[in-house]
Amino acid sequence: MTDSTIAFKPSAKAQARGFKINGAAVVMAVYILFLMLPIYWLVNMSLKSNTEILGEFSLWPRDLTFANYATILTDPSWYMGYVNSLIYVVMNMAISLTVALPAAYAFSRYSFMGDKHLFFWLLTNRMAPPAVFALPFFQLYSSIGLFDTHIAVALAHCLFNVPLAVWILEGFMRGVPKEIDETAYIDGYSFGRFFIQIFMPLIASGIGVAAFFCFMFSWVELLLSRTLTAVAAKSIASTMTRTVSASGMDWGVLAAAGVLTILPGALVIYFVRNYIAKGFALGRV
Amino acid sequence: MNKTVNQKAWFLVLPVLLLVAFSAVIPLMTVVNYSVQDTFGQNKFFWAGLEWFRDMLQSQRMWDALGRQVLFSAIILAIEVPLGIFVALNMPKKGFWASVCLVLMSLPLLIPWNVVGTIWQIFGRVDIGLLGYTLTKLGIAYNYTQDSFAAWVTVIAMDVWHWTSLVALLAYAGLQSIPNAYYQAAKIDQASRWNVFRFIELPKMMGVLMIAILLRFMDSFMIYTEPFVVTGGGPGNATTFLSIDLVKMALGQFDLGPAAAFSLMYFLVILLISWVFYTVMTNIDKRDGL
Repeated sequence: MTDSTIAFKPSAKAQARGFKINGAAVVMAVYILFLMLPIYWLVNMSLKSNTEILGEFSLWPRDLTFANYATILTDPSWYMGYVNSLIYVVMNMAISLTVALPAAYAFSRYSFMGDKHLFFWLLTNRMAPPAVFALPFFQLYSSIGLFDTHIAVALAHCLFNVPLAVWILEGFMRGVPKEIDETAYIDGYSFGRFFIQIFMPLIASGIGVAAFFCFMFSWVELLLSRTLTAVAAKSIASTMTRTVSASGMDWGVLAAAGVLTILPGALVIYFVRNYIAKGFALGRV
Repeated sequence: MNKTVNQKAWFLVLPVLLLVAFSAVIPLMTVVNYSVQDTFGQNKFFWAGLEWFRDMLQSQRMWDALGRQVLFSAIILAIEVPLGIFVALNMPKKGFWASVCLVLMSLPLLIPWNVVGTIWQIFGRVDIGLLGYTLTKLGIAYNYTQDSFAAWVTVIAMDVWHWTSLVALLAYAGLQSIPNAYYQAAKIDQASRWNVFRFIELPKMMGVLMIAILLRFMDSFMIYTEPFVVTGGGPGNATTFLSIDLVKMALGQFDLGPAAAFSLMYFLVILLISWVFYTVMTNIDKRDGL
């Protein structure tokens, strides 16, 4: 079928179409405005001094100050929170991907005894409320001497990140034709060499997306990271909640800390923007 | 894709199995262990059988929390799913603006959950927040720390703000996968906009929409951090959802037995509903020949 067969007459319909595009733009503008407004307010607050925040109501900072950011970036108890968070997030990403890659390959290529049940069982861990696991995790990691270490949080976050990584990677791997594997084996590749040299480059975008999601869910989680750390590995999220209750309401610093937690996410989003939708669909589109 | 039967594939799955067993099975068994025992402190435990389960089933507190939780999940699903589809239908299909929309829409998803709470706390306060201040100036009584209705509105608005983009992104991904030929055929048949949606777009989106609903159901049913930061479960117990109640019980009061029994029943409810969704989802996958 060529386009000319279905070309419709311009005039009225084209006008309607033009109008529709405008309508869509308006809807998107309103929705994006709704999303950005609270974030703008946070940024606004972070650039004000506390006296200005509590003193007069203004839509933008009258008396622009970066003192709040300076406080955070010079005080170790603040900035170490970011460092600690980043350490366990990266650890978690590495662990999750290392174990999820072979497993996802097995699920996407072979059928074996109990595979369907195993797959669902893995997913149930994604469904487990962290609140259920908070106390047992605390006791488990205390008893093996890992309490207040980065690795404890990284392992705890594997609870929901590993199943998610397996699920996403399996979706991407299904899209790679099986003939590629077979050809490689005929050419005399061992499994390990084939997997690293041929297969992994083919699903590079899938690995990127899985890494992104591991990063995201480990970065945003509060309950487990707060329960499992005290001082040495304290995450930025718990630093924020504790400082609020201790020193009254230091709104400006709190807002600045919030803005700084948004930045890493905004950075990684930019790199995976074309795959985000597919990733959220767990590789199933 | 037809798969080869190969039992050796188990070796590839083994690392995942060991890791998840360590981080899921051991803690879960601890919970089971607590749920059937009682303690008077000093680590002395004795068998309590199903007593805690019976207690919790009769506990008004748990039923109240469950009621609030179900209501919350139902409301946010009813708002976010249609709104997400609507937004997805209006998104630019490709080009510069599509990327801009994708990045801006994903932004709330990547904000740590406690910061989401903080953002709405600051945004909603009557003295310093844009929302609270504006509403008060307009003469609408709004104070989420004292009025339970306002607290609910705030928590729901926050969740819609936080997660509608997820539904929209999934629906968008589903829409992108529809071949243009379908729309051309619809044009030849002179199908109305509604019919195009009802008979082409919706069925094609069904698979990803089920994922969206599954994820949104699970996560809203487990919600803890955001309402905890904004309202702390209050005013009174108005926004005390299941997880908040559970953490209060387990880590606040150290009522290990009841909390463990509560945990297990909580987990089972999620599991049951998720299993239903999962079954529907795999059936849709099969139908689409994935």
